[in-house]
Amino acid sequence: MTSRKPRAVPDAPPRVILGPESLSDAQFRTAVGAIDHQVDARYAWDTGVAISRFLQGLKAGEIWARYCRQCRRTLVPPRMFCEECFRPNDRWVRVADTGTVNTFSICYIRWDMVKLDDPELPFVLTLDGIDNMAGFMHKLGEVAPDDVHIGMQVEAVWKPEAERTGSILDIEHFRPRDAKLRKAKAGAKRKPAAKTRKAG
Amino acid sequence: MGQRVGVVGAGMTKFVRRANETGKELAWQAAKAALDDAGMTLDDIDCVAMGTAPDAFDGVHMKSEYLADGSGAWGKPYYRTYVGGGTGVFVTIQGWWQVASGQFDTCLVVAEEKMSSVQPHPQGAFITIFDNMIERELGPNLLWIFALEMNRYMQVHGLDKRDIAAVSVKNKRNAADHPAALLGQADITVEDVLNSETLAWPVQRLDVSPVTDGAVAVVLAAEHVAKRTTDKPVWVEGVGWHLDTAYWTNRDLYYPRYVEYAARQAYEMAGIREPRKEIHIAEPYDPFDYKELHHLEGLQLFEKGKAPEAMKDGVLNRDGDLPSCPSGGLLGVGNPIAAAGLMKIAELYWQLGGQAGARQVPGDPKKGVAQAWGDLMQVGTVVVMGR
Repeated sequence: MTSRKPRAVPDAPPRVILGPESLSDAQFRTAVGAIDHQVDARYAWDTGVAISRFLQGLKAGEIWARYCRQCRRTLVPPRMFCEECFRPNDRWVRVADTGTVNTFSICYIRWDMVKLDDPELPFVLTLDGIDNMAGFMHKLGEVAPDDVHIGMQVEAVWKPEAERTGSILDIEHFRPRDAKLRKAKAGAKRKPAAKTRKAG
Repeated sequence: MGQRVGVVGAGMTKFVRRANETGKELAWQAAKAALDDAGMTLDDIDCVAMGTAPDAFDGVHMKSEYLADGSGAWGKPYYRTYVGGGTGVFVTIQGWWQVASGQFDTCLVVAEEKMSSVQPHPQGAFITIFDNMIERELGPNLLWIFALEMNRYMQVHGLDKRDIAAVSVKNKRNAADHPAALLGQADITVEDVLNSETLAWPVQRLDVSPVTDGAVAVVLAAEHVAKRTTDKPVWVEGVGWHLDTAYWTNRDLYYPRYVEYAARQAYEMAGIREPRKEIHIAEPYDPFDYKELHHLEGLQLFEKGKAPEAMKDGVLNRDGDLPSCPSGGLLGVGNPIAAAGLMKIAELYWQLGGQAGARQVPGDPKKGVAQAWGDLMQVGTVVVMGR
């Protein structure tokens, strides 16, 4: 990073600035009267008609979709009405638990910006055997981050039946269908170089 | 279409990482500066439009009510709009409705954001963006969706990260001429961006705009008031907004269709048939460097996948053929969510009125477009301004 040189205030709008006063983190943490408060907000959600059936399917090791006959669309995540033709859609169909990587990331930070040694590999799954784009977000595993590419064929790795609870996490992760790309254990320590990396 | 509406004043606070001031104090600093700029007092204001992002940032329920006095809204018709990052441009559209309809002659539009209060990081509030049944259990963070979208955009068009990083450099350099900017830096280089820490590949630290506190305000007035108030009104000539499906894994993220629909609505209203020729300045939403390019394509200013080439050729520079984010954008000035969008409206007001000083786009620009984007990669809000 190049160093910052102090600069004169440029002649440009806004020409009148009424504030604010900028605080450093240390100033803020030690300020008299700064108030710390934790909101205790807890929720318990019904999963509704469509998603509860979807989650039951996951518990059984299966992926289920809704089909709209009018729009000829297979809907994953499933919903009981079609948002395009706005009518109730028609039936449940079981779909494959394989698909392709539509897009992915190699993420080195947790939600609170704490660094991760083993990067997470979130991706968007596009399910096989469906004409429209259908699928959901999940994570990749058993693969070196540098080997992941858009268009890679993947398959679900299910938790053992006894451990499934009816959750998106009943699928442990998705892994490459090509055994040559598989690693024994998920996650690699090596960071990708910060240079250009062409996907695919 | 009802009354013609002009922008007759603009004001903003400095954008900072953490302000000593409360949200309502920030809102007052921006609102007061805008009124002073318009040569008006609160008595001249008929109604107030407030734009501010989730209550979760502040831990204050219905924070528009909390912000009302700082926004000059007590005793006046007042309402809040919130469409995530799209808010700052959308609140301008909300203000425009009030005046264009003939219901009111003036509207004070205020956008405020204080992101520093939520602990340990605003990411904690952003998690609630994700679907609560099948996404949140995966432990997502907001960077994921940007990284996923950016990767898809790069892959579909075979783009080079270097051409995208150049956007961040351009904006931080532009922001060096902005007195209110948080991250103006005249000497930053593409290497700085490419060597910055990888957060969620392909997103690196300097590809992202910073967490920011700040506020912006503009005054809207009907034509008969505007002409009395200023000899440099800048007119709101077109407005558009559009929402795509929240089932974001069911659509191809490489192209922001919702921005296109919003832009077409605004261009049609403004009588613009060939945006690439008729728009002189663009202020697209740039929370990440790739987003600016993505949005320029959605705004019909470049063909799909061609905005990076324009960046490379210097077209988007302040002295280029189509200057983009001459303000310095979110990447340079800062990103207090709702306020950042309204900052773009303020920039067009200053630029098209010939008041932009050190930031002035040469060539007497007459028409500009501002755009913001938000929610789960699904909202496009667009305003065309001209004189």
